[in-house]
Amino acid sequence: MTDLAAVEAAIADTHRREWARVLAATVRVARDLDLAEECVQEAYASALESWVSAGIPDRPAAWLATTARRRAIDAIRRDRALRSRLPLLVEPEEAGDEPAPPEPAEQAAADTVEALPDGRLRLIFMCCHPALGQGAQIALTLRLVCGVPVSDIARAFLVSEPTMAARITRAKKKISTARIPYRMPRPAELPERLPAVLAVIYLLFTAGHTAPSGGSLVRADLVHRAAYLARMLHELMPGEPEVGGLHALLLVTQARLATRVDGAGRLVQLKDQDRSRWDRAALAEAHDIIVGCLRAGPPGRHVLEAAIASLYAEALSYRWTDWTQILTLYDRLLLVWPSPIVRLNRTVPLAMVAGPQAALAEVEQLELDDRLAGYQYLPAIKADLLSRLGRPGEAAIAYRQALALATNEAERVFLAEQIAEQTFAI
Amino acid sequence: MAQYAVLIYAPDSAHSPDATPEDLEDCNEHADELTDSGSMVMAYALTPRDMATSIRGLTITDGPFLDSKEVVAGFYVIEAPDLDAALAIARTNPVVHQGGGVEVRPVHSGGVIERTKETTG
Repeated sequence: MTDLAAVEAAIADTHRREWARVLAATVRVARDLDLAEECVQEAYASALESWVSAGIPDRPAAWLATTARRRAIDAIRRDRALRSRLPLLVEPEEAGDEPAPPEPAEQAAADTVEALPDGRLRLIFMCCHPALGQGAQIALTLRLVCGVPVSDIARAFLVSEPTMAARITRAKKKISTARIPYRMPRPAELPERLPAVLAVIYLLFTAGHTAPSGGSLVRADLVHRAAYLARMLHELMPGEPEVGGLHALLLVTQARLATRVDGAGRLVQLKDQDRSRWDRAALAEAHDIIVGCLRAGPPGRHVLEAAIASLYAEALSYRWTDWTQILTLYDRLLLVWPSPIVRLNRTVPLAMVAGPQAALAEVEQLELDDRLAGYQYLPAIKADLLSRLGRPGEAAIAYRQALALATNEAERVFLAEQIAEQTFAI
Repeated sequence: MAQYAVLIYAPDSAHSPDATPEDLEDCNEHADELTDSGSMVMAYALTPRDMATSIRGLTITDGPFLDSKEVVAGFYVIEAPDLDAALAIARTNPVVHQGGGVEVRPVHSGGVIERTKETTG
């Protein structure tokens, strides 16, 4: 008998780390997403009893995959009609792959998960296929790759559980009906397919980093899921600098997560954050990744974003930040990612290098850009610059504009305090 | 293999009744390519939007069903092993670079109906 608490902890850990691997291995025999999910779910459920009596296996993921695959094979044998409801997943043979379908059932059941070709990339690229809408890509990735329950996904994106369940069902139906293939894109297709995967991870991260609404500034669970996905993708695709860049960016941002709010859940600005509480190991890991990516050739968007974030974090204090270098990196970022938001963020180091007046002129230019209309951080940055220029009246007005646009409660409290401060200074 | 319908959306169809062979050169060339590659199952080019008549409820109106910048200029059915392969074929349509585009839809069922002599008579 193994201690129940130890087994529960092992199951929870394997669920968090290995869900994608177990599901991907099961999908290959089930060739039906619902059936595969069900079998993996059952395997996790049966692990509790089995591991308590027989002990935790040396390779829990292999045990789970073997169990889930056996269940899938049994289910197919028991009820062939089950498979005919929807077309089977298309799993094209790839050069260098052993001929996959039809896999002999006995062998499939006997295989250990390590002996299988890793299916996680197939799973990720299928979930983030451009034929699926981005909302569906995000939901499917959380459900299939991270194993997050539908109810939790619904709560994270502020929709009802039936709505989220319908979104996921519709996406699965499209995968099977339109025959979105369960395969890794060919190298020539990657430049077109990879950005969608990176965008899903990035969006998950930003949704968690500043929750779109509600009381708390960060939604840690989404941030951790995004970081997990970035790490997994980086391990699976070590040669893609942009994957490394995104991983590093998330590491840096996550390293500072705990200091973005104070004990009362109030927002703390970068200049006031307690740098001694930053996760130095994560920052060092990010630094090494960035250096490696920069060596690989001209950096892309995420590598540059990571390099900027890393420079901010490496400074001993806000005052000692290398603003000139950050400004240079922003200039390069604008070349590969000419977004108005990048231009706006660039005004922060610009103010430190060329003075707040120069930065304000740039912000006023950006106010004419329709794409930034309604973007709360524009008036917030403008207000900060006006305040530094000794124009508190105008600063208060700009802070009020930002407040009118902000939906996150912690940010609203921060902005309201700034308005009070500026009004006092008039 | 599965069948996918490719709907061609363009500001208008090039296939007007008085179209010259030059007008149709791009379309025909592409149709020939797909036919030669063996992926084309069937194809129809439609006449321009001015020729369209729409019925909604009891009302008959002159023009395409949807009042939009683009109309369905034609459609064809291709055979492909999966969606990626179908998209790769569909995106070779010249209309994609001529201000229009294509929509790819998996075919549920159907085909050209074989008819007996009496019905065609």
